[in-house]
Amino acid sequence: MKKSSSSFSGGWKSLIVFTVLLLAWLCGFASRLFAVIRFESIIHEFDPWFNYRATAYMVEHGFYNFLNWFDERAWYPLGRIVGGTVYPGLMITSGSIHYVLHLLNIPIHIRDICVFLAPIFSGLTAISTYLLTKELWNTGAGLFAACFIAIVPGYISRSVAGSYDNEGIAIFALQFTYYLWVKSVKTGSVFWASLTALSYFYMVSAWGGYVFIINLIPLHVCTLLLMGRYSNRLFTSYTVFCILGLLFSMQIPFVGFQPIRTSEHMAALGAFILILVIGGLKHMQSILSKAEFKYFFIVTSLVAAGTVFFGVVVLTYAGVIAPWSGRFYSLWDTGYAKIHIPIIASVSEHQPTTWFSFFFDLHILVTTFPVGLWYCIKNVNDERVFVVLYALSAVYFAGVMVRLMLTLTPVVCILSGIAFSRLLEIFLKDEETPSNGDSDSEQETSPSRTLYDKAGKLRKMKHEQIKETEGLGANVRSFIIVGVLAMLLMFAVHCTWVTSNAYSSPSIVLSTYSQDGSRQILDDFREAYYWLSQNTDSDARVMSWWDYGYQIAGMANRTTLVDNNTWNNSHIALVGKAMSSTEPKAYEIMKSLDVDYVLVIFGGVIGYSGDDINKFLWMVRIAEGEHPKDIRESDYFTDKGEFRVDAEGSPVLLNCLMYKLSYYRFGELQLDFRSPAGYDRTRNVVIGNKDFDLTYLEEAYTTEHWLVRVYRVKKEDEFNRPRIPVSKRKIRPSDVFISKKTSRRKKGLIKNRPVVVKGKRPVKS
Amino acid sequence: MLSTVISKFYNDYLANTPKRLKIIDAYLTFVFLTGVIQFVYCCLVGTFPFNSFLSGFISCISCFVLAVCLRLQVNPQNKMHFSKISAERGFADFIFAQVILHLVVVNFIG
Repeated sequence: MKKSSSSFSGGWKSLIVFTVLLLAWLCGFASRLFAVIRFESIIHEFDPWFNYRATAYMVEHGFYNFLNWFDERAWYPLGRIVGGTVYPGLMITSGSIHYVLHLLNIPIHIRDICVFLAPIFSGLTAISTYLLTKELWNTGAGLFAACFIAIVPGYISRSVAGSYDNEGIAIFALQFTYYLWVKSVKTGSVFWASLTALSYFYMVSAWGGYVFIINLIPLHVCTLLLMGRYSNRLFTSYTVFCILGLLFSMQIPFVGFQPIRTSEHMAALGAFILILVIGGLKHMQSILSKAEFKYFFIVTSLVAAGTVFFGVVVLTYAGVIAPWSGRFYSLWDTGYAKIHIPIIASVSEHQPTTWFSFFFDLHILVTTFPVGLWYCIKNVNDERVFVVLYALSAVYFAGVMVRLMLTLTPVVCILSGIAFSRLLEIFLKDEETPSNGDSDSEQETSPSRTLYDKAGKLRKMKHEQIKETEGLGANVRSFIIVGVLAMLLMFAVHCTWVTSNAYSSPSIVLSTYSQDGSRQILDDFREAYYWLSQNTDSDARVMSWWDYGYQIAGMANRTTLVDNNTWNNSHIALVGKAMSSTEPKAYEIMKSLDVDYVLVIFGGVIGYSGDDINKFLWMVRIAEGEHPKDIRESDYFTDKGEFRVDAEGSPVLLNCLMYKLSYYRFGELQLDFRSPAGYDRTRNVVIGNKDFDLTYLEEAYTTEHWLVRVYRVKKEDEFNRPRIPVSKRKIRPSDVFISKKTSRRKKGLIKNRPVVVKGKRPVKS
Repeated sequence: MLSTVISKFYNDYLANTPKRLKIIDAYLTFVFLTGVIQFVYCCLVGTFPFNSFLSGFISCISCFVLAVCLRLQVNPQNKMHFSKISAERGFADFIFAQVILHLVVVNFIG
């Protein structure tokens, strides 16, 4: 941004744009720091721990070793080829930041870079959203959109400090790719199209959501073709983007040859061929100039589209192209995952979205974005078709999965920005706004007032609107303006509140508020992982449910059996089977898997609801999917079909390994005087099976609030013979038998031999 | 009938096409033939080093597409579509795209 310009108003515009974007960046950055301020600079949740571990490995061993990394500490005994099964963009980004900073002699730890990467990239997201909206509408709408995306909870949920995950940088890549795409459609320049492909390459390297781009852009192209909006600009931008993007995306090892083999990518190739054919036809038309060409053209394009479609179908059946993957099916049929792939359905963020969470994550924007959509449809042009398609598809996907709320959020911000900008444009026209005391909103609104005449197509619209508004009068205008500003203020308050309360907990460190308002930190997870790292063999194998695999590997540095990269369903099912069978059967499985320690999460003492007993039904379901003969879900319910752990619970549940490990010796614990011993605070019941002992395992460590319990699996020689306490380990004097046999007297002798006296009965001794 | 159309077309082309476009057309023909040869080769011999085949073939397609784009932008008839792009700018863009394309192709060919 240039600050000093030759024309006064141009300089002011740039200054305002620059200031608002800078403030948006700072504001977005600051509001993502709740977790760091309340807790500490720490990596959150589950997946970020793996990303952090992989980044640390890359920084330590170099990029090429990272690409060839075979991780033998995960998925014991299988191991995992990490280099070929990750999207390396995140690690490369933070690794290169680390490298540059160290070149400049700024000694920063890689963990701090990882923690603050997502907040910094949120600023870049705001800027690219501004650029995209500016291309679609005008500068004022762009500034609104940038301010919205900086603080909207739907995006903050994935980008708070410490949430070091792919989405943090992928949303930036997504928005930037779309911006470049719109730019290249507008200009038809090969340069912008190549940049789009490069940005798409970064997106592919960062997140699996790149499939969204590679389907949305062909959809845009096809829609434009159907609307009869073919132009040479569209031809140049799409052909260059598609072919370069195809080649670039195959450079990522994890993607490999998928772009030409799987159905998800076929739309791009189909549209590519289609636009080539149409381009050729148009060229012929310009040369031949026949009257009946139009008819010929339509027929040929339909035939071409049909051929491509049937070609894909036939190739799919022939097995050349892989059919849609299961995760993809679950996008179309929400019930699919629950029936066929319980492991996908078991993740809470793969559940369908509720209405509540739309409002919770987007607040006022969810009501204003249809307005922006309507404006875009009303004043349609090539790039607004794109944003309309983007909005419609994103709304659908966000309704299917909570997680895909993330792709909806940017487009909602764009369209709401357009809506608010239009609204203020109408009501602030030809009038000096009275100062509302809210400096931030003033900054937001003023550029939209000064810059409205940038959009070329709008001019006609604007005059009509002005005529309408002139009849409104100053009072109505100011009422509406104050109302809009109040709504924006409420939005900002809501965003901060949601960020602070819902999205800023690291979920590794928990905190509770006691009755006098003081805060208590529950650091049980790290306590347990630290214990593991200090007190067990460095090659000890730890069995836990897959949620905790990455954390165990990241913090305790121990070998795990399953982790959050759920690539091997049967291995997970085996662990699930061990957890849901009885102790002797589980011991067989654990022995075959060389398990040394078992780790369970138990929330009954502090009332933590995300513990293993509450996840237990998913373990049973996943185990049942692979071992239907041994595990049946119905066994774990009562006759009435309830899942309960109290005395009425099903006996199978009360004797399975997970139950025993969670509640071992819990029956002796009385939490407070009002409740009986063995009262589970999470499920609010007294547990059903209080008095039991463990034969094959022994308690190794339980953290302060019993949140994490670690058990050691006994070796076979330990439980076959009963263990004698040290105090009783003394040698008992017994009747020592000394053989009287010597070499001279070979005659045998029977001890306690009855003395036989003739004529008498033998006396029993 | 057909031969007259073709000969008319050919004469028209020779007469009305600027020299720049003719050079690009020659390049297009060359790239197209290279692509066809690679495709025939892969059909006859097989695609064993699949990445090598892909990079060669995609390189051909990309060169073709880029040259077509350049031709569209250079063509004076399309001036109103590409108002902001001069012939020199189009050629610079073409070079830029070729450079990044072939960096990746060299990486991919193995």
